[in-house]
Amino acid sequence: MATGVLEKYGARQRLLDSDRLLAAILIAPAIIYIVALMGVPFVLSIYYSLSDVTTGGTDAPFVGLANFRALIGDPTFLQTLYNTFLVSGMTLLIVLVLGTIQAELLLRSFRGKWLVRFLILLPWTAPVSLSVIGWLWMFDSIFSPIDWSLRQAGLLGHPGALLGPATNLYWLGSGGLPMASIILVNVWRILPLGTVIVLAGLNSIPREVQEQALVDGAGYFRRLFQVNLPMMLPIFGIAVLFTFVFTFADMVVIYILTRGGPANSTHVLTTLAFFTGVQGGSLGQGAAIALFMFPVLAALSAIILMLIRRREV
Amino acid sequence: MEDRTRVKQAGWRAATYAGIGLFTLFSAMPFYVMLITAFKRESDLYDPQNNPFWFTEPPTMANLDLLFGNTKFLTWLFNSFLIGALVVVITLVLVIPAAYSLARLAGRWGETLGIGIFLTYLVPPTLLFLPFAKVMAALGLQNSVWALIVAYPTFTVPFCTWLMLGFFKAIPRDIEEQAMIDGYGRLGAFIHAVLPLAIPGILTVIVFAFTLSTSEFIYALAFVQNSVEKTVSIGVPTELVRGDVFRWGSLLAGALLASIPVSILYTLFIDQFVAGLTALAK
Repeated sequence: MATGVLEKYGARQRLLDSDRLLAAILIAPAIIYIVALMGVPFVLSIYYSLSDVTTGGTDAPFVGLANFRALIGDPTFLQTLYNTFLVSGMTLLIVLVLGTIQAELLLRSFRGKWLVRFLILLPWTAPVSLSVIGWLWMFDSIFSPIDWSLRQAGLLGHPGALLGPATNLYWLGSGGLPMASIILVNVWRILPLGTVIVLAGLNSIPREVQEQALVDGAGYFRRLFQVNLPMMLPIFGIAVLFTFVFTFADMVVIYILTRGGPANSTHVLTTLAFFTGVQGGSLGQGAAIALFMFPVLAALSAIILMLIRRREV
Repeated sequence: MEDRTRVKQAGWRAATYAGIGLFTLFSAMPFYVMLITAFKRESDLYDPQNNPFWFTEPPTMANLDLLFGNTKFLTWLFNSFLIGALVVVITLVLVIPAAYSLARLAGRWGETLGIGIFLTYLVPPTLLFLPFAKVMAALGLQNSVWALIVAYPTFTVPFCTWLMLGFFKAIPRDIEEQAMIDGYGRLGAFIHAVLPLAIPGILTVIVFAFTLSTSEFIYALAFVQNSVEKTVSIGVPTELVRGDVFRWGSLLAGALLASIPVSILYTLFIDQFVAGLTALAK
């Protein structure tokens, strides 16, 4: 009897051991693939940022922190750093507000919902490098359909018009307008993602809670601020995380719209890294610029994950 | 009293339709303009007086003829499809065993390791592309679709492992225990009992590995300069815009044509995508 139990215990132990071995074998390929193909470039990028490596050169003389020091003193870089936070911060703020409104609207019932859903999701589901070409045309310096509409509405293109007598606004031209255009396109692109995340949060609130709040006589805003929003805080954390990361790390919108111009005034970290490293050939400097993103992304991800997971415990 | 509620309801409905209308207009307008412009004659397009939202002169197929006849658009489409398909295969081979292992075998640290793997999805290609291009050159893959086939699983695998982990966790353990009692081994139980139930998850992984690959831009731009090896997502913006010469009609036609299939696939599975992201908060 005792040996039977022992045997049974031993067999179960062996099965567990073999399970653990099997677990390791099954997961190893994925982890090795990721570590090899992301770890090696990551370590290399740190090494590059400390060296004077160029596209053509084979040697990489170690230069310590010279790349970083040169960046800190460079007005273009400081402008770039400012632009990066301006674009991702403003996009985040606008997407959260508009996304909440849009999600509230999509919860209601109306005709043709499937088509509306498809159209509203398009900016997020279409490949960004292709859809932003549409915006490049919308912002064209002569043929811009937006300018045409404004001229038709009498807001542009005649003396005394609200937006000025010129025939065009030059959306990507000069002053603050190019940055505003870039933020607009970023909002346009990320808004569907923000909306569907908030929508998932709204749908996750139990119906009884909503109904109880209604029965208790809570008005619309009371329900929004005291019932829905607090219950959705973890989901808002998710929306903040992904909206910020996807805008902060994006380079396509600016690469297609302005290429950082005019006069390097609309660069963000990603585009400056690309043009310095690939077009300019200074891999070291480019890697140093890109690395500036890492602490921000790491810290933000850590904080938000901690916040949303702590609530559970 | 009843009239007042009816008026209120009508107002509510009007506000809903107005709001939805505005948001839809904002989202879809660039695509609508792309659609119209794709069929516009040059003389119609390049007159600032003409309505850009409709045809002043009769529509033409010339832009599409140019796109298919005189550019490498079909080659880029084929490259994107080939890369997408192979990335799907690599992703499935790596993800299914990994996710199953995390969901069933790894015990308590399965969840933690799963989150760890998912977090690598937040490491953006823009951080790694410079040294990654050198790595590709060292592997002899520069300027070829193979560089992208090797690189893209670095973001499809983390994301899809996390998605698949969720699907496997939703399948009751009893199912494979029953299969093992019936005489299957661990592997047999997995193949005969678990995999058939995981088909929705596998479809989701296929769709996202494919759409994420076909939409990728930065690695493609950094690794591939040879125009016959380009994907559609870099071919259209880099090859159809040469210096200051924009072939707007063909450019917008190509951008729209390549976007739509990807968008339809993505929209069908967006709920799974969001479920994957929001699962982090659970």
